[in-house]
Amino acid sequence: MQYEVVIGLEIHVELMTASKLFCGCSTTFGGEPNSNCCPVCLGLPGSLPVFNRRAVELAVTAALALNSEVQLRSRFDRKNYFYPDLPKAYQISQYDQPLGRGGYLEVELTGGKRRVNLERVHLEEEAGKLVHAGDSIIGAGHSMADYNRAGIPLLEIVTAPELHSGQEARTFLEDLRSLLLYSGASDCKMEEGSLRCDANISLRPEGSSKLGTRAEVKNMNSFRSVELALDYEVRRQEQVLSEGGTVVQETCHWDEAKKQTITLRGKEGSSDYRYFPEPDLLPLVLEKTFVENLAHQLPELPATRRERLQEQYGLEKEEALLLTSNRELGDFFEAAAKQYPGYRHLANWIQGDLLYQLRESGKRLNEIEPGLLVDLLLRLDEGRINRPVAKELLAEMVQSGIDPKEAIKERGLEQITGRDNLLPVIEEVIANNPEAVDNYRQGKKKALAFLVGRVMAATEGRADPAELNRLLQEKI
Amino acid sequence: MPVDFGKEVDYVAHLARLSLEPEEKECLAGQLSEILETARRIQELDTAGVEPTSHVTELPAVLRDDSVRPSLPLNRALQNVPQREKSFVKVPRITASELEQD
Repeated sequence: MQYEVVIGLEIHVELMTASKLFCGCSTTFGGEPNSNCCPVCLGLPGSLPVFNRRAVELAVTAALALNSEVQLRSRFDRKNYFYPDLPKAYQISQYDQPLGRGGYLEVELTGGKRRVNLERVHLEEEAGKLVHAGDSIIGAGHSMADYNRAGIPLLEIVTAPELHSGQEARTFLEDLRSLLLYSGASDCKMEEGSLRCDANISLRPEGSSKLGTRAEVKNMNSFRSVELALDYEVRRQEQVLSEGGTVVQETCHWDEAKKQTITLRGKEGSSDYRYFPEPDLLPLVLEKTFVENLAHQLPELPATRRERLQEQYGLEKEEALLLTSNRELGDFFEAAAKQYPGYRHLANWIQGDLLYQLRESGKRLNEIEPGLLVDLLLRLDEGRINRPVAKELLAEMVQSGIDPKEAIKERGLEQITGRDNLLPVIEEVIANNPEAVDNYRQGKKKALAFLVGRVMAATEGRADPAELNRLLQEKI
Repeated sequence: MPVDFGKEVDYVAHLARLSLEPEEKECLAGQLSEILETARRIQELDTAGVEPTSHVTELPAVLRDDSVRPSLPLNRALQNVPQREKSFVKVPRITASELEQD
């Protein structure tokens, strides 16, 4: 039987505030365990939570970017559970009155652009971090709790069960990440856990409209592992069903090393969390103007920008996709494009050499002046430098911040062109390498490359390659 | 009609990982029964047209500025912790069946 895969995602992102959601403790990542804690985030008796305005602004901003309907009045609830990642034994979260209702994200999936709907967007407090002694979560002798993370503002985004493969889930997440980065709500660092994803996944016979029993997959620490874990789970459930068995509703843990999911426990129902209105917090009531102002401040979002870049600069979809993968890259391209009309050429240099050099050197894009790349490309286009020299200068520009214009002048890097300038060098190389010349004449084409290399060496790489090739062949 | 709330007490006690003596269970079952009876009677009231409230005041929550304030010194933060390991709070083994979520 053919099965349809149904996936819903639950994404948590930490919001980029300086202090925690309900207290003034710092949200800095890392640091001495339990050094960013106070009576509020440790849940000591007598302490009271107070909302962080910035966290509310960022949550609303993200909700708006996700086309979610921001509620002017929402409520916070206690989610009670027995697990030592929060010292209070409950999490302050939102239950039946979330900050954002519904919403959607337009995603390029196989088969074209599709709208993936959201159930809700809500604000809650982050839990602490548990370090498990032993190899894995299962069989740990004991755990060690660090509450520095407890109380950091966390946004929960829940999608409708509308994704149909690990690949789709991954694409959705990548787009979501880029959207949240654009909106400035979160830094979305999966490696630091500021973006995390759990997935509900079930299978149903093709054509059926009833959802199958789902498994919840946790502990996927990269976009790649989301895809791998979901693909694994699809195969596992397919096998269970095709053997006539039934899928048990359960939570499983993705084991990155073994590349498989492991069952953790039967899933608790939401009534087990004994949600009730948080008595320590009054309802969150927002002024309409507060939300409108945030809506005005929303930057152009990646999907819109992607389309505009294609239209305005004649870029291919793939090029626009890459340039909008983060806001800084798009900004860099557009700043450079103001001074340089060869848009596609510019895009190629950015996505090729520039990104490569940034990766190699560990430098950040905002350390590079777009005008310098423009200077370099203009000189290349004018034929004043050749391509290898341009590449070399770009590398130096990224690594040590040189001004390519100055370097060309100071080091005499201008391209050597013209018969009169090139012929003497070529003739000398021919005279000094009779063997290679003979080889070429006997049909060994490789010998030409050798001779070109000699001329390049003699001119310190500045010879115009096309002209050099032509003249050399003419002479031998 | 008397209902036995012993099962409910057991269930809720399990969720909170409380172990109760038989006398305690019996006492709590009686109390739970009374509480639910009161709730049942309240539910008989006609509340059509009445907005649900969760708080007694009509005031909205206060928002504070996002500024960092000093945290507790580590030793103060951990002074009542039963078991420490370096700067961590040491907590009991988490078995697979007890694994919870965020």
